[in-house]
Amino acid sequence: MVKILNKQVLATGIKRFELDAPEIAWRAQPGQFVVLRVNEEGERIPLTVADTRPEEGVLVIVFQEVGKSTALLGTLEPGDAIMDLIGPLGKPTEIERFGTVVCVAGGVGTPEIYPVTRALRQAGNKVISIIGFRNKDLILMEEEMRRVSDELIVATDDGSNGNKGLVTDMLQQVIYRGEKIDRCFAVGPVIMMKMVSLLTKKYSIPTIVSLNPIMLDATGMCGVCRVEVGGETKFACVDGPEFDGHKVNFDLLMARLKTYVKEERQAMEIFLKSRNENCRCANRKEK
Amino acid sequence: MAKVNPRRTPMKEQLPQERRRNFDEVPYGYTPEEAISEAQRCLQCKKPSCVNGCPVQVDIPGFIAQIAQGAFWEAMKIMKRTNVLPAICGRVCPQEIQCEGACILGKKMEPVAIGNLERFIADWEAMQSECVMCEIQPATGKKVAVIGAGPAGLTVAGDLRKLGHDVTIFEALHKPGGVLMYGIPEFRLPKAVVEREVNFLLSMGVRLNLNYVVGKLKTVDDLLEEFDAVFIGTGAGLPLFMNIPGENSLGIYSANEYLTRSNLMKAYLFPRYDTPIVRGRHVAVIGGGNVAMDAARTALRLGTERSILIYRRSRDEMPARAAEIHHAEEEGVEFQLLTNPVRYIVKDDGWVQEVECIRMELGEPDASGRRRPVPIPGSEFRIPVDTVVVAIGNSPNPLIPQTTPGLETTRWGTIVIDPMTGRTTKKGVFAGGDIVTGAATVILAMGAGRVAAQSIEEYLRTGKWDEIKK
Ligand SMILES: Cc1cc2nc3c(=O)[nH]c(=O)nc-3n(C[C@H](O)[C@H](O)[C@H](O)COP(=O)(O)OP(=O)(O)OC[C@H]3O[C@@H](n4cnc5c(N)ncnc54)[C@H](O)[C@@H]3O)c2cc1C
Ligand code: SF4
Ligand code: FES
Repeated sequence: MVKILNKQVLATGIKRFELDAPEIAWRAQPGQFVVLRVNEEGERIPLTVADTRPEEGVLVIVFQEVGKSTALLGTLEPGDAIMDLIGPLGKPTEIERFGTVVCVAGGVGTPEIYPVTRALRQAGNKVISIIGFRNKDLILMEEEMRRVSDELIVATDDGSNGNKGLVTDMLQQVIYRGEKIDRCFAVGPVIMMKMVSLLTKKYSIPTIVSLNPIMLDATGMCGVCRVEVGGETKFACVDGPEFDGHKVNFDLLMARLKTYVKEERQAMEIFLKSRNENCRCANRKEK
Repeated sequence: MAKVNPRRTPMKEQLPQERRRNFDEVPYGYTPEEAISEAQRCLQCKKPSCVNGCPVQVDIPGFIAQIAQGAFWEAMKIMKRTNVLPAICGRVCPQEIQCEGACILGKKMEPVAIGNLERFIADWEAMQSECVMCEIQPATGKKVAVIGAGPAGLTVAGDLRKLGHDVTIFEALHKPGGVLMYGIPEFRLPKAVVEREVNFLLSMGVRLNLNYVVGKLKTVDDLLEEFDAVFIGTGAGLPLFMNIPGENSLGIYSANEYLTRSNLMKAYLFPRYDTPIVRGRHVAVIGGGNVAMDAARTALRLGTERSILIYRRSRDEMPARAAEIHHAEEEGVEFQLLTNPVRYIVKDDGWVQEVECIRMELGEPDASGRRRPVPIPGSEFRIPVDTVVVAIGNSPNPLIPQTTPGLETTRWGTIVIDPMTGRTTKKGVFAGGDIVTGAATVILAMGAGRVAAQSIEEYLRTGKWDEIKK
């Protein structure tokens, strides 16, 4: 059992938990992830390590409520416990002094790229960060990202923060203005990572993406996380999750992510229904 | 001597047409009367050949003699001297090539049903209010780390704990048991049985750390600083694929994934449990071992219309236990023998639609002594499927070897050991089970655990470490 120490709502449907997990907090490095299981009936869900405070034994995760399991996780409060927590898993990000790096993130990819960005900055890189959101209410971790970047560009799809455009538009501008980019890191929705990779390929900018396929054990035992990189099959949980964006077959990844859409919808409906029923009971009692 | 019944006492089981749609265990087990009558068939040989056939040398005539007299408690005491997981072995050992295969009765008639009796005695004990406890020696102050809670690791832990050592198991998954928990299905090995046998070890004082991936949290070297010896029993958990076109399409599973979803995560109870599994209408399973049989029979229980087993050799070469092949057939699994998949035809949305196969014939014997299957040109044909389970084998998980300097492995990724002692090339580190042999059997893993436990004991006592001779 792993205790939740702290809970914060970062934006609609996006939550941040601080967990009491000293041993994992000590070992986790940027780019790695954990797997957790809320209760006995729960699935094993992978989540990127968003931050650690090893001296306090704290591990931070940030998640978006996209399905039943994350919605259920989101109902937990400080003091509650998560049944199982496994990690750190996957290979850490390769952190080096590359020169100028651009860190691109979309939505909930922002907390995931945060520790990578910080480590890159600490390693002496000039860091330009680009983070994008659907609208200004969904903007996450702007201050934190600003602190660990030499330059931060925040974009919104609808322009509600005054800077309209996709992260790829922003990246294109950075390239146009003559910035010599030595490496690019991209974390976020698959389509975003694909578009970033297509763009950087044109300019031969080495690009690392962090893939999020369906996972089960996350220790290399089942193969559900297989992705194609340069025509070869890799297991993202042990060979990744980070790969060369110019070689990843993103279309296959997008298709495979849809394997259980039907079941996910069904689980969510049942979950919402049971939650509503509970609410109604509570109301009735009040009357 | 009274005349021996040439036929063994049959074990009652669920009818095929019923059981193919439920996950309850197939055989019901013996009643005490049935067990006694089967035990009375044993000739009580002076030089029992069955014992030599058993990798852990269970005193077979000894425990059977007790059952024959109705002294079940005594029988269990004898059993637990050599085997602390009898309820599991009785259900999953390939007895036909081990103890029962060596039974002298087998020359003229059906051999004694040793596996059934082993299962009976263990299940009988489970129904009693107390259980046969093992004697535990006084604490030695020595600490041993066991990596992996599969049959190899559990055996080492039990044996060393009995000798008074302080034993801690580190297991990557959220449940102990290894393949027994995530691989072998409920209808063949109820998870309650595995839990019961693991709980027995815990009651002896073995410590268990779940959710602990050695190599990612602590490494073997870290463990050596805290523990006097380390045993690696991490199994052969890396699934192999055939690397044919279309294999990454939606609907194509490794057997490990399919069975882990169903067994460990209880996806057959979705949506009560959260983990989903595809309930295909036409399921093809590739392979001919126990794993393939388990997958094909799981597919039936998940409600498939057709469960088709595709195997490249003939029935005689199938490595699965005889009982499982028989059960699969009774339940309606269709066998496509001497057939091999060559590619998958995929729909626009990425789902598998058909598997294209080629017919095979058996040629010259290969290195394994089995006749090598060779494709018959022009014999390609297609089978419509919406789910495929690839069950062509597993190789060892490379995580521990990769993170342990000084630990030598073979070309196949298995850990190099001295088979007489289980010692690896690294001082204080022992290994056994599938991580050494490649995917094998429960009882061989237990046998390897037993050997390693004995030499760990010696090492802890003397501190002597002889390098492996090469
Ligand atoms: C579906 C299926 C059916 C089978 N049917 C039969 C049968 O009928 N009869 C039979 O005799 N055999 C059968 N087998 C084979 C048998 O189960 C194995 O040979 C046996 O379980 C091997 O035991 P083991 O202890 O070596 O490894 P495993 O049972 O594989 O256990 C290894 C354990 O180590 C853990 N682990 C791995 N890496 C790490 C790490 N880095 N840190 C911590 N823990 C780790 C794993 O999670 C696992 O729990 C079957 C196998 C399968 C897959
Ligand atoms: S452990 Fe296996 S081989 Fe040995 S007696 Fe029991 S069933 Fe037979
Ligand atoms: S999640 Fe199972 S192998 Fe990667």
